[in-house]
Amino acid sequence: MTAVAPLALPTLPAAFQQSNVDYLAILPLLIVFGTALIGVLVEAFASRERRHAIQVTLAVAGLLAAAAAIILAAKHQGLTMGLTDGSTNRQLFALAIDGPALFMQATILLLGVLGVLTMAERFGGVGPDAFTPSGASTPGSATETAAARAGALTSEVFPLTMFAIFGMMLFPTTNDLIGMFVALEVLSLPLYILSGLARRRRLLSQEASLKYFLLGAFSSAFFLFGTALLYGYAGSVYFGDLSKAIAAGPLAMNGLLVPGAFLVFVGLLFKVGAVPFHAWTPDVYQGAPTPVTGFMAACTKAAAFGAILRLGYVGLDTGRWEWTNALVLVALLTMVVGSVLSVTQTDMKRLLAYSSIAHAGFILVGVLAFDRKGVGAVLFYIVAYGFSTIAAFAIVSLVRQNGAEATHLSQWAGLGKRYPVVAGAFAFLMLAFAGIPLTSGFVSKFGVFSAAIGTGGATGTVLAIVGVLCSAITVFVYARVIVLMFFSDAPDDAVEVVIPSVSTTFSIAIGTLATLALGVLPSALLDLADRASQFVR
Amino acid sequence: MTAMSTVPWLTILGLIPLVGALVVAFVPGSAENAKRMAIGFSVVTLVVGIIAATQFDRASGKQFQLGEQHSWIPQFGVSYSLGVDGIALVLILMALVLTPICLLAAWHDVPEEAGPRGGQRVKTYFALILVLETFMVGVFAATDVFLFYVFFEAMLIPVYFLIGRFGGPRRQYAAMKFLLFSLAGGLIMLVAVIALYLQGPGGTDGFLIERLTGLSLDPTTERLLFVGFFFAFAVKAPMVPFHTWLPDAATESSPATATLLVGVLDKVGTFGMIRFCLQLFPEASTWATPVVVALAVLSVIYGALLAIGQTDMMRLVSYTSVSHFGFIVLGIFAFTTVGQGGSTLYMVNHGFSTAALFLFAAMLVRRRGSKRIPDFGGWQRITPALAGIFLVAGLSGLALPGLSSFVSEFLVLVGSFSTQPVATVIATSGIILAALYILLMYKKVMTGPKPEGLVGEREHDRLDERGRRGLTAVRDLTTREKLVAAPLIAAFVVLGFLPNLALNVINPAVDKTLSHVQQAVPNLNPAGTVAEGSSK
Repeated sequence: MTAVAPLALPTLPAAFQQSNVDYLAILPLLIVFGTALIGVLVEAFASRERRHAIQVTLAVAGLLAAAAAIILAAKHQGLTMGLTDGSTNRQLFALAIDGPALFMQATILLLGVLGVLTMAERFGGVGPDAFTPSGASTPGSATETAAARAGALTSEVFPLTMFAIFGMMLFPTTNDLIGMFVALEVLSLPLYILSGLARRRRLLSQEASLKYFLLGAFSSAFFLFGTALLYGYAGSVYFGDLSKAIAAGPLAMNGLLVPGAFLVFVGLLFKVGAVPFHAWTPDVYQGAPTPVTGFMAACTKAAAFGAILRLGYVGLDTGRWEWTNALVLVALLTMVVGSVLSVTQTDMKRLLAYSSIAHAGFILVGVLAFDRKGVGAVLFYIVAYGFSTIAAFAIVSLVRQNGAEATHLSQWAGLGKRYPVVAGAFAFLMLAFAGIPLTSGFVSKFGVFSAAIGTGGATGTVLAIVGVLCSAITVFVYARVIVLMFFSDAPDDAVEVVIPSVSTTFSIAIGTLATLALGVLPSALLDLADRASQFVR
Repeated sequence: MTAMSTVPWLTILGLIPLVGALVVAFVPGSAENAKRMAIGFSVVTLVVGIIAATQFDRASGKQFQLGEQHSWIPQFGVSYSLGVDGIALVLILMALVLTPICLLAAWHDVPEEAGPRGGQRVKTYFALILVLETFMVGVFAATDVFLFYVFFEAMLIPVYFLIGRFGGPRRQYAAMKFLLFSLAGGLIMLVAVIALYLQGPGGTDGFLIERLTGLSLDPTTERLLFVGFFFAFAVKAPMVPFHTWLPDAATESSPATATLLVGVLDKVGTFGMIRFCLQLFPEASTWATPVVVALAVLSVIYGALLAIGQTDMMRLVSYTSVSHFGFIVLGIFAFTTVGQGGSTLYMVNHGFSTAALFLFAAMLVRRRGSKRIPDFGGWQRITPALAGIFLVAGLSGLALPGLSSFVSEFLVLVGSFSTQPVATVIATSGIILAALYILLMYKKVMTGPKPEGLVGEREHDRLDERGRRGLTAVRDLTTREKLVAAPLIAAFVVLGFLPNLALNVINPAVDKTLSHVQQAVPNLNPAGTVAEGSSK
């Protein structure tokens, strides 16, 4: 963020200019980044036996400390990390520490804690159970043991996760397109690696990783190209400048603005898995290690929707009529495709993947309300969905047959009769996804739909009606899972639910309890989300 | 609301069964014990309910009473607001009476399984019925549209599990069909609920019924909102052509579930029509009356015809309900005090009479091991007492004078004739059809030659060893079954001779609803307010 002036070019700012940073405002970001770096050092220096424990403790402590620092940062809201543009004497800020940004950061941190705790599950083994120490080995084989003995552990997943969390926190905080791109890459690269580390069903995992990486690279390229076009249009990548330029810009320049805005949105919509940029979601969700899937589903969605909100409400707000219709179409497609295709799924993780696509569509309905209420509803939705989805994937990782996860739906038959508590929790989460009252899912859907009907005009009402119909379709899907678990008889080679450690139990319990609490007494969080719904410019 | 008393009666009424459900489900102990506790909790609820009813001030029966109001989700304008008027009160009391009866009748519905946790299934079954009781109280007592919607939808979940886990061979199909039909209706209503709030004054308590009553809505908006609400209630009630889920759900579920489903839950549909469609959208209600009345008459006739054709006893009973719901809706949309008061009384009576039909038929089914009517015949000779109560239940179903349902059916027809003469005349033929389906069923099941291979227990005792050969003894009513039957038959007779016990509570609330309609549509019908308080 500082410009070093080469001596040969006199037009650039002559002197070195230090950007003024409010360090307390970005303290949460710094803590997470620092923890990630320390994690790398731990990987290098800590002894093999203690590495896992140290890494988990460090990650959780770092996340909690950062979450506490949010309270501090909340007192230092505003634009920060800026420098003065010499020629126009304007202040340019790279980061916006405001309500939505801090709310998203806190959400990502808390969900991150649950994610890390699920990843730490060992089931009595040496390293985390879900991850492979060496790509070529089968689980429990001699090769794997040899790899483990040679020191190939899997505790590097924790620093990787921390880097991803850092990127996710940065994503909704950045105030310019280049910063957003950097955050996008910082959050994506560790996720590409994490997706490929599944210990079982290696081929699926590698396919997932490669697919995610290639498609992610494409989407990043789209984003970057869109940034270039928008820079060409506005002469700046800062959201404030962009917004002003669109307000004042001539119509003739729309040849740059429209494709630019569209391409930037493509990059972001890819991350939330919106149709037609969703093709990676089922494969990656299925192939990635299940705890990583849960983490990705919850936190990536939070980060990307934070970024979409900022881009739509701050950067491109004045050019709304250029891109709204396209986004409405995307939202409609996302809801319909996500819910219809989830009907035909036979794999639990793919089913949850399509469900997450449908949910992305519902959240987009809230985004399209273009109102403070809509922002608040979106923020609430993301929290509620995040807690439910992490718990759901954590439960998926417990249901096993012969040591491997039993993700085929037919394998879940009769689970409720043999493991009533686990199946009951999962059924409750399914009801929350379906949006049944007294679960958080209902309050979130009510929030986005009422915001859409309230301020979205006729389009909003259409979106809400389609959303309601799609909810009805997804109810069938979730009810079918409950039918399988509770109303069907177990097959002879029945699956078992492995007894998890305290950490996984904790995340499942917190996720489920949050789903209930946010359904019965949502007003505290709604209030917070409402107060946090104002962007700074 | 009105600070009649500071005791939160309705919250207590809802909490007792909920606590009971937790105790029954999670306190260790034998299944027998759990069943007794479940009955205990439901009886306590009933007693508290009766005490609460004595606190109800009939003179101001128009207002919501026994209630309370707290802010719940102020951001959405939602309050936790409860209260009952006369209509809601009698329906809640009916639900409270039916629950212990159903629990008692359900004693042997779920066999105890072997193993250390074998009793858990039984406990779950009884606990779910208690949870359902909580929601039944809540849904009739809610005076906030959002809260009503929450109970309306949340109620589906225990029923879904009751059908899907404890039902017959096609229970999965039936449970799914029930859930999807109800949710489809409910979700359409959700859009209308949101839109209604946005039409109203808004604010932190903008969902209260009293704040949404008497809005001056744009006619098109009002009609759309009406359709959104009515669709959900028509599915729930159920009216032809949205009735197809009911026979499956009622046949495949256990008798106790079927009783609560048809006897109480479906009343939420007709209750919702009075409380929401008529009160909130009076103009649209009169606009839609021709269609609604046509559907109601269609339900009366079509449901009865289908009932005549059934060979499955439970299916037959559920189709009779479709027919009865037609009468109820007809009475509601007649817009007269007599008609609507009759409809409300009909809801109560139908709750008891359908409970009797389902539960008594289930007693037969358990003895014979089949639901098919052709598998019976001549049972009067081996189980005379059971045949007797079955006949009483049937006669109550066909509205025999002297039994309670006669009063309500008569009131509905009298009340409707002044405003909907043609429809009423056609609907009256439903009475003849009712006699057909009930008496034909009784004839096929009870009369005729003695069934082969079966013998009444008393005769069985009299026979010697040789005479008994090849014969199976069939027990007549057990003590438990007599306990199930007695309160139901008592209700028929008491409400048959003293309908004013209920009507005096109901009518002020009905007048209030009608006065809302009258305000919005002044030239509705002059007959509406004339026939005050007539009973018989």
